[in-house]
Formats: sequence, structure tokens, C-alpha cells
Amino acid sequence: MKELSELNFPDDVMYTDDHEWTKMENDETIIGISDYAQDQLGDIVFVELPQVGETFEKGAEFGTVESVKAVSELFLPVSGEIVAVNDALEDTPELLNNEPYTGGWMLRIKLSEKSELDQLMNKSAYLESLKG
Amino acid sequence: MRYLPHTQEDIADMLKKIGAGSLDDLFTSIPDDCRRKSDLDLPQAKTEWELNRHMSGLAEQMAVCPDYKVFIGAGSYDHYIPEVIKQLLGRSEFFTAYTPYQPEMSQGTLQAIYEYQTLTTRLLGLDVANASMYDGASSLAEALLMSVRITRRKKVAISRLIHPLYRQVVRTYFAPTEFEVVELPVLESGQTDMTGLQDLETFAGVAVQSPNYFGCIENLSALGEKIHSDNKTLFIVSFTEPLAYGILKNPGSLGADIACGEGQSLGVPSSFGGPGLGMFAAKKTYMRNMPGRLVGRTQDIEGKRGFVLTLSTREQHIRREKATSNICSNQGLCATAAAMYMATLGGTGIRKLAELNHDKAAYLQNELKTAGFEVPFDTPVFNEFVVKFPEGFEKTYANLLAKKIVPGLSLTPDYPEFPDYYLLCVTETMDKADMDLLVKEVTS
Repeated sequence: MKELSELNFPDDVMYTDDHEWTKMENDETIIGISDYAQDQLGDIVFVELPQVGETFEKGAEFGTVESVKAVSELFLPVSGEIVAVNDALEDTPELLNNEPYTGGWMLRIKLSEKSELDQLMNKSAYLESLKG
Repeated sequence: MRYLPHTQEDIADMLKKIGAGSLDDLFTSIPDDCRRKSDLDLPQAKTEWELNRHMSGLAEQMAVCPDYKVFIGAGSYDHYIPEVIKQLLGRSEFFTAYTPYQPEMSQGTLQAIYEYQTLTTRLLGLDVANASMYDGASSLAEALLMSVRITRRKKVAISRLIHPLYRQVVRTYFAPTEFEVVELPVLESGQTDMTGLQDLETFAGVAVQSPNYFGCIENLSALGEKIHSDNKTLFIVSFTEPLAYGILKNPGSLGADIACGEGQSLGVPSSFGGPGLGMFAAKKTYMRNMPGRLVGRTQDIEGKRGFVLTLSTREQHIRREKATSNICSNQGLCATAAAMYMATLGGTGIRKLAELNHDKAAYLQNELKTAGFEVPFDTPVFNEFVVKFPEGFEKTYANLLAKKIVPGLSLTPDYPEFPDYYLLCVTETMDKADMDLLVKEVTS
């Protein structure tokens, strides 16, 4: 596993305690897992994602990510309806390891409650929480 | 004879070591009203020779092959087990080992299970098989739960021609869940009636058994086509007699998404109805939703072949309540026996043995028909078939039992709509004289 200083944390996304990130784009938000999360998990071999059209509450489990070490649950940072799912992850789950913030995006969500975004962490707050 | 090894002194000594004053002190964590206050009502202890005599007496009450001519299969089949299997299986490395799954210790066991999985996928015509389930019934229940996991739908359908006990186990598994189990009725041909199955898009999976409980071979390709008219619904094929696939097309080649059933026929004795062997195989797409454990082949750091448990990240010992299923084990010894049996017979041997079963059953079916008995279902069978005996056949049945012949199993308790219907089975162990005798006896 890498040192925090070796990991990448973009400024233009928000983070959660469960190590997901989210980024607004127009009225929708994109969701993925942070560089820290993928580094902790190790080689990712399988991702299970929900279907377009499903609706989830904030904090709900929306899927799982399986690495050679463990299967971990994924939790939604905000409430909303799934409008797109990254199908590329089905055959190339390693995108999560290699490009967690770009090619490794997971979901696109139509927010039901924009104010929920205010409860997420920016880069410095997230880094602070990782240093714990 | 004393059956408990601990003396009062041993017990006092152990209690003292752990700091408990008495046996009752030891059990204080168990709520008072859950503890038995009175003594167990047990008979006097017996000597070893008395006990042996008692057990022999119990065994003598049973009608077993080959002392009796038993024309019953119905989920448990009297097949000959080649001596080589008994010898190999008795080796202590296989026989006494308890869940030996550390790869550094147990390459032999892991390879045996891997071979079992490979042979199972070939017999059933599917991509991936697990290390086995407890028995055919729990295999089916797990397959139905798997279809619910995959489709996230809340309803499953099962044929009324699936073994009655399997259906009972399915209902037991499903009772505490929110999922609904629908039963599909029986056609005049002795096959599953799917014409009334509406709203397929609400069903997670549809399960049939072939050959079914009446011995009739289901038209799997037609059923599969109908089920797959909805692109999510899973087609589940259950079985009690895997030997049938020695001559029948296997479930995988006829469209099954999951095949699950009992493997007792493959080298496991009928015993007293168990232990069984739950065979379970599926298409590769569904691999990650399969219950139970899986042995995979890999390479060590020196590039040498090795066998390890794989996908354990989804099993209960790691994932606890979020595990794919709550089976934490497999039927290791029976699976090893089945692997030995399939490898011993080989593809050609399994085919020949299946032909022998089919031909003998066809002979008896035909002889009974010629003797004037009604064979109510005009559908091809493997080694079991239904005969309608005349009203009041119970008396003949009892007479034959006294002559050590068991002329089939009455279907009426499980299927009241079919009075006087009997299910008969013939395996390779029955010879022509046995069958001729049966025909003669039921005719007279």
C-alpha cells in the first residue's frame, strides 16, 4: 500500500467517510471510489453495480467491489436515481485501480436532495480524516 | 458399559481449573427456563453385545437390497458400487480428513474436489460446478434463492413433478423470506404444465426436474425456450438420477442456466436415505452468485500447478451475514466418491450403464403392460415409470412384501389426485428373473 502523499486526491470532487467520491456535472453527480480505497483493496477483480432506473437513499448499499482480498460494500453518498452505470467495469474492473476518478467512474445519479452535497468532505477535510 | 469418558473426579478437577464451583455454575449464561431440570428418561445402559443385538434387530426391520427385491428409486437408487471406489475412498487421507482446505496441507483433497467439479460440469453440460451441497433438495432451494439474488425478483415457480421432499425443503427455505413459491401443475402426459404460467417477467426462476418424479423425461428445450422468452428469468433443472444424462441430452445443452440435484447414484450407497450429494452447476455468467465453495486451479510462485479454494471472499466465514449463502461446507467424501465413480466408468461406461438401466426398465414396463396393467403416461422414461395397479392393490403389496419383493412406491400419499398409481424403478442390479417374478406375482 502507498503512502498518502503518493495517492491522488483531485480538488474538484467531494469525498465520504466510506471513501467514495462524487462530482457534480450539470444536474447530475458522478460517483466512484477514491484512490485511497482502491489502494487499500488491492487488485480489483469484479464490480457489482445497480441497474439504471433504481432509486437509493443516501447511505444505502448500492453494490459491491471484489478484490483479491475481500468483497466490500459500496454506499451511496447522496440520495437519487441511477441514470447511468459504467458498463466498462464489467469486463475491465482494473479501471478502478488504474483510473479511479476518470475511467473508473461507477454511477451517474440524478440527485433528489442537493443539500446532501454540503455534508460531504472536500480534499483537505478528507485528507485530514485519512490521517486520523 | 460406560459411554462417557469423564469420571466425577475428572469433572470436579476441570471445574476447579476454570474456577466454576459446580456444573450449574458453568451454565449460568444459559437462561434458567431453557435448562432441563429433570433427568433424561433413558433406558438402562446396555452391554456392548446387547447393544449390537439391539442394532441388528433394528436393521432387520428394514427391507434392503439385495435381500429384498426393491423396485423403488424415487430419489435414492440401488446402483452397484465398484470395489475400487470402496478401497480408494477408505484411504485415511480421504476418509478421516475434516474440511482440510489449507492449500499448503491438502493438495490431494483439493484436487479430488476440483476433479469432481470438472466431471460434474461435463455430465451436466454447464461451465462451472461448486464443491457440492448437502443433497439434491438443498441444491434446488439454493438454486432458487440464487435466481432471486440475480434477478432481484420475488417469485419462483417449481413443477409439481419435482420430488415432493425437495419441494418441502424449498418451502422450508422460503418460509421466513418475503419470496413466493408457485407450483406448476401436471399434464396428462406426466410432464410439467407451463401453459398457465403468466407474467413471466415477475419470476426469478422456474424449476423442473428431468427425469421427473414420475420418471417421465421433460421436454427441456421447449420449457427452456418458453422460460427464456423473458430474458432475465432463470431456467433451473433439478434431478434425482444424474445417471440419466449418460444417454439423455444434458441440462446445459438444453438451455438450463442452473442444474442442481442429487448425486447419490454416483458411487454413494443408499444407506438410510443419506448422506446425499448435492450437485450444483451453472453458466459462468452466474458464477459469483453461486452458493457454496469452489476449488480452483492456480500456480504457485515457482510456476507449479496447485489447487486452492477460490471466490472465498463471498463465503460466510469471511463475509458473515453478507455471504452469498449460508452453506459453510460441502459434502467432501461423497463428492470424492462421485469423482472416483465417474472417472472409473468414464464417458463410455456411464453411457453403457445408463443404457442398461433404461433397457431393463423398458423391459419391465412392457411386460407389465402386456400383462394388462395400465401405464398411464405415454412419455419416454429412463429407469423409473408409473403403473396404475387395480383398486385394492394394497393387499397384493403386503403379500409381496412378505415374499421379500417391494413392488414400487405408492404415489397416492403425495399425489391424492392419482389413486392406485405406483412408481417403479429398475436399475442394473435387477435381473430378468427378478422382473419376471414380479410380473408373475402381481398378475396372480
